Amino acid sequence: MSEMIVKSVDVAVVGGGPAGLSAALSAKKNGAKNVLIIERGESLGGILNQCIHEGFGIDSFGEALTGPEYMQRFIDQVESERIPYMRNSMVLRVSKDRKIIVSSKEGLYEITAGSIVLCMGCRERTRGQICTPGTRPAGVYTAGAAQNYINLRGYRIGERVVILGSGDIGLIMARRLTLEGAKVLAVAEIMPYSSGLPRNMAQCLYDYEIPLFLSHTVVEIHGKKRVEAVTIAQVDERFKPLKGTEKKFECDTILLSVGLIPENELTRDAGIMIDETTGGAVVDESLQTSVAGIYACGNALHVHDVVDYVSLEAEKAGKSAAKNAAGRQQEKGTIKAKPGEGVRYVLPHKVSGHADVKFSLRVSSPERNVKLIVTDGERVIKTFMKTRVNPAEMIQLPLKKSEISGSREIIIKLQNAK
Amino acid sequence: MPSKNYVCIICPNSCEIVADFSGKEVAKIIGQSCRKGEEYVRKEIVAPERGLTTTVPVKNGDAALVSVKASKTLPKELIPKAVSAVAKARAEAPVKIGDVIIKNVLGTGVDIVATKNVSRKAGINTGQD
Ligand SMILES: Cc1cc2nc3c(=O)[nH]c(=O)nc-3n(C[C@H](O)[C@H](O)[C@H](O)COP(=O)(O)OP(=O)(O)OC[C@H]3O[C@@H](n4cnc5c(N)ncnc54)[C@H](O)[C@@H]3O)c2cc1C
Ligand code: SF4
Repeated sequence: MSEMIVKSVDVAVVGGGPAGLSAALSAKKNGAKNVLIIERGESLGGILNQCIHEGFGIDSFGEALTGPEYMQRFIDQVESERIPYMRNSMVLRVSKDRKIIVSSKEGLYEITAGSIVLCMGCRERTRGQICTPGTRPAGVYTAGAAQNYINLRGYRIGERVVILGSGDIGLIMARRLTLEGAKVLAVAEIMPYSSGLPRNMAQCLYDYEIPLFLSHTVVEIHGKKRVEAVTIAQVDERFKPLKGTEKKFECDTILLSVGLIPENELTRDAGIMIDETTGGAVVDESLQTSVAGIYACGNALHVHDVVDYVSLEAEKAGKSAAKNAAGRQQEKGTIKAKPGEGVRYVLPHKVSGHADVKFSLRVSSPERNVKLIVTDGERVIKTFMKTRVNPAEMIQLPLKKSEISGSREIIIKLQNAK
Repeated sequence: MPSKNYVCIICPNSCEIVADFSGKEVAKIIGQSCRKGEEYVRKEIVAPERGLTTTVPVKNGDAALVSVKASKTLPKELIPKAVSAVAKARAEAPVKIGDVIIKNVLGTGVDIVATKNVSRKAGINTGQD
């Protein structure tokens, strides 16, 4: 690799979605002079470009903005702060010594950064990853790809649609397709509960009387060139299809909305430790990964349902990155935080006990009237009562430094309130 | 007492709200975590309203479409009709967030406004990819 364009910055931000924008703004605000955003797409804003529905910024702005409106507020700030950004520029490699290789129209760049913030977002699970049986005809899309085609390009993707999986993007697209004149015949979800937010079930499915089949999976996709039909069937507790419960829907289009996974090839290649449950990096309370000076936030760290939390998390990562780039000492995380019974994951993975922390977590299954109990392995530190918990909703638990300092470890578990 | 269940759609908390009726009157509303939830259910009982978001083709823009929304919620039963009305509209670049694309849609007093900035196409084509 000769003829590389060499550059050096205080803070390099990989990805220009809401996480990247907030991380960059916060790094600048916290004293980093030379901040650079690197985005592979044509424009800044990430996935919000295609999320034209309302429901963003309720926490931060007190109004339900559309995705593009939310994102523009941050882009405007990036412009007025004169933070430079590269577009159509793909980060190919991040290394432990904080060098970044970028491919762009002008050629290859080698950028050395004081700190790096990883904000690559997530991508959708695809059919291969869920092993759908049947032929491979045209007309099968991930829900996000369909969203992109319809909302950014104005394509019509089909007339009769079945949605596999009940993730939020699939639910939002069920409504969008219906209003665009298509017929959404069914949503099939393998779990006994929806993986989307209840508000999206209400306003996207129930409003349009779209049937939801819980505990159902696809058993066959019919059609050679183009999808002609799909057969779904009920499953038992082991997710095995039950004979005699098959239902066949004639359709020309299938959307997959079977979940998101953090985009972390770069992170893995850099030798950064990954939490196999979240699919994102292992981080301490400053959002530093296992490699000094490299931070992670947003959907690249763990999948978020609400963008406001993405922005807040990214602000924190940007601040830490600015501190590190200026050579200022940071708190080292020594207390491990772990999920206990009923909890799928807890973030951050390590805390110092020298500052207040807000833990983010997700439960394993939907429950009612429960307590979230924070212990240090033996002693109960704090209990939070919840009338309803849902794996679709990320939960945040604030803890004071006085409550956690001195603990050897922190375990958060779920228990019936009775 | 007869009752009806609602899921509040105002914020991601998605509170489950129960309205108890005595006759046709609402006797009690429980389950909401904030005042907006009660307001939502009261409206939902008499005249449900929903937001509307969709897209409109743009002429001479650096993007093919501009995303739009209804400036206020519309009566729920008017949503499909309003979407059809918006489908016929065309915008011309440049468009700025907040620009009115359709005034007073279906005579409701609600405007359809842009939710995205679209610049005029420069020499080079920059379609979203
Ligand atoms: C379809 C959908 C609907 C949603 N609906 C809501 C909602 O109603 N309300 C709400 O609050 N939240 C919602 N969310 C959640 C919220 O929008 C996301 O959590 C948020 O956009 C995540 O931001 P991010 O910056 O982490 O990721 P992204 O927005 O995905 O941005 C990541 C960016 O990184 C870039 N990138 C990746 N790899 C590289 C690389 N190697 N080099 C350079 N650039 C790279 C990508 O191109 C992209 O621009 C929704 C999410 C989705 C997907
Ligand atoms: S009642 Fe309040 S907190 Fe609950 S979903 Fe509605 S707006 Fe959100």
